[in-house]
Amino acid sequence: MPTEHAFPDSAARIARAEAGAEKMSISMGPSHPSTHGVLRLQLELDGEVVTKADPVIGYLHRGDEKIAENMTYNQFVPYTDRLDYLAPLANNMAYAIAVEKLAKLEVPPRCQAIRAITAEMARISSHLLGLGAFGIDVGAWTVFMYTFTEREKLYKLFEELTGARFTTSYSRIGGVARDVPEGWLGRVDAFCVQFLPNLEEVLNLLTRNKIFMDRTAGIGVITKEDAIAYGLTGPNLRASGVALDLRKDKPYSGYEQYDFDVSVGTRGDSYDRYLVRAEEMRQSVRIIRQAIAMFPPGKWSAEDARKIVAPRKDKVLTSMEELIQNFMLVTEGPQMPPGEVYFEAENPKGALGFYVVSKGGGVPWRLKIRAPSFCNLSILPKLCVGVMVADIVAILGSLDFVMGECDR
Amino acid sequence: MADFFFGLPVLLQAVLKGIAVIIVIFPVAAACSMAERKVCAWIQGRPGPNRTIFPLFRGIPGMGVLQRLGVFQLVADGLKFLFKEEPTPGHVNKLYYTLAPVIAMVPAFTTVTVVPFGAYLGSAGSVVPLSLANLDIGILAVFAVASLGIYSLILAGWASNSKYPFLGSVRASAQLISYELSMTLAVLPVFLWVNEPGSTGSLSLARVVEFQSRAGFWGGTWFLFTMPVSAFIFAVALFAETNRQPFDMAESEADLVGGFHTEYGAYKWALFFVAEYANMIVGAGVFALLFLGGWNLLPWVPLASLLGWLHHATGSALWLHPLVAGIVSIAIFIAKILATLFVFMWVRWTLPRFRYDQVMRIGWQKLLPLSIANLIVYTVAIALMQR
Repeated sequence: MPTEHAFPDSAARIARAEAGAEKMSISMGPSHPSTHGVLRLQLELDGEVVTKADPVIGYLHRGDEKIAENMTYNQFVPYTDRLDYLAPLANNMAYAIAVEKLAKLEVPPRCQAIRAITAEMARISSHLLGLGAFGIDVGAWTVFMYTFTEREKLYKLFEELTGARFTTSYSRIGGVARDVPEGWLGRVDAFCVQFLPNLEEVLNLLTRNKIFMDRTAGIGVITKEDAIAYGLTGPNLRASGVALDLRKDKPYSGYEQYDFDVSVGTRGDSYDRYLVRAEEMRQSVRIIRQAIAMFPPGKWSAEDARKIVAPRKDKVLTSMEELIQNFMLVTEGPQMPPGEVYFEAENPKGALGFYVVSKGGGVPWRLKIRAPSFCNLSILPKLCVGVMVADIVAILGSLDFVMGECDR
Repeated sequence: MADFFFGLPVLLQAVLKGIAVIIVIFPVAAACSMAERKVCAWIQGRPGPNRTIFPLFRGIPGMGVLQRLGVFQLVADGLKFLFKEEPTPGHVNKLYYTLAPVIAMVPAFTTVTVVPFGAYLGSAGSVVPLSLANLDIGILAVFAVASLGIYSLILAGWASNSKYPFLGSVRASAQLISYELSMTLAVLPVFLWVNEPGSTGSLSLARVVEFQSRAGFWGGTWFLFTMPVSAFIFAVALFAETNRQPFDMAESEADLVGGFHTEYGAYKWALFFVAEYANMIVGAGVFALLFLGGWNLLPWVPLASLLGWLHHATGSALWLHPLVAGIVSIAIFIAKILATLFVFMWVRWTLPRFRYDQVMRIGWQKLLPLSIANLIVYTVAIALMQR
């Protein structure tokens, strides 16, 4: 639905601005209610129209990649929690699969199913927050509170599974930290059943809301070509009409068994990005329920890879061989062959990639993280020109980035 | 009592009235902020503030209910603002920075004085309105004084010497001026109708209520039903004038951090806050007077007949006592204000916020033409009907 203040006439606005008056430079962030963390936009304003937007990043830089070189593979798992801290389970999984690919290690189907379920739960949790924060950005506070109620239920399930609500650190190289608790899958299923109507209730507040549509439709339009050229991934890319979903295109962790649709937008504006995320949550529920229905029995970690996967604790305390194995794994780390590998997983924010270079031994020689939020933000200088100040907030909200991942 | 009051020097009367306004409106506005938090919580499925209680009150029966309703939180909030350190940023213009919140309070409290808030039965069954200053120019005084409130926003934004407050105050001033027009035009039909030929012309708000309390079908009909478009425009403009969501451009915390009050803290900020609620209370009061029949309980049930029925039903002459009538009328009026305020809050916690240019477009391109058309239609209709 085209609106009268659509993106294309921005050129005229800039020309008008350049012909005329003095401009005001204003710093939006790093501490600003709507820059979702510590993003800073150095804006140049002509009245309320933005003529230039420079993203300044790095306020949350911790040197994760360098830190990775100084610890064993498993020790780095907690650091992956803090990349996209809204979907730690998905990060854990992506990292573990990357390292397993390096070791050419196959994890059992049960482990794959657990990872897929948790990753989709993380996706729902992340999209719920993205949606709620987007709501706040355009002034609808109640949406945020509703989505947080649902996230709270997810966090309860995460806590039950991993012992932590937020920083789950659930994956291990070659498996997961522990098997699913008794009855947990049933509770996940129960969550899914009650989640869908609740989601519709939340979406009802926004989807057909005239004010919300005025604020988002036609705002921050990313064309298909731009989206590809700037390396956008995830919902932001799909909203622009590119049906790229790594779960479908390069299936990992058993995603090929599940039947789900890739949600694709048509116009690539903020409203489409919102709709795509909403649909992705419904699809995630579908995946979770399928995975629960065909949940395989058997081992939940690749126990046979004795130089990579730690032995069970009860055996460590009773048997000499396992004690030594455990000791070696803890002190030396999981032993990897030399080589290099790149793996991308479809995370809630986009394609999260790990590039691991190993020279053998238990410590990566180099680890590079391809953070989707970082790449998605690269389009901001182009997107935020010619819009009004309040539109920037709507655009940022619709891009749904996380600075923990962007700054690493 | 009344004789004693009117026997006092005029100046002293005015001072006493002023003190009465402050004593009543300040806590009511503060209570509104509490109600806002509670209503917001209920809408969002939360319990809201429910912990605060005076240590001495713990264990007294009934206090638990008040605690859960958040009544004591009100006191805690107020005390917090009073006792907080008041840092004044180094870059502000100190005089105007301090003046702005004061100026915000003045129009908010001044308008209260001309709003009639109840009525009592005078001699011979006549209904005498209660107000601090019963001005003939009632509605004009409200509009004129209320629009002075812009100055506080402009001053706050300018004196803060900071960019976000500056943007907020520019937005606010443009918005308030735009919506004032539609608001004024929207209420004109009401006064055209009220001032029928042969009557002495008056813009008094009490007269509008009196008109809505007449006998007969048309006499007792509230203007909400006879002039729905006017009521709608007035309500929308009221949201914009009081800077309420979805029109809260001046604050717009998502993009302007805090808008015009970004640099304010502690009690100065609280003054802005109270002024906003005082404005809302007055606005809701004017809306109730103009369109909801003022202190009449229901359409076609004027205050006098209500009291008469109560008198007949109970057989007690107490109902006709001026004091009882006054209390009943004030209670009805306040109930209407509270209902209107609830709608304010309901909207705020349900709808997203417009963008600044959309607010201006709605004001100038939708609301203003609509209010002009509305005025023309009613002018012609009233002229034909009253010919």
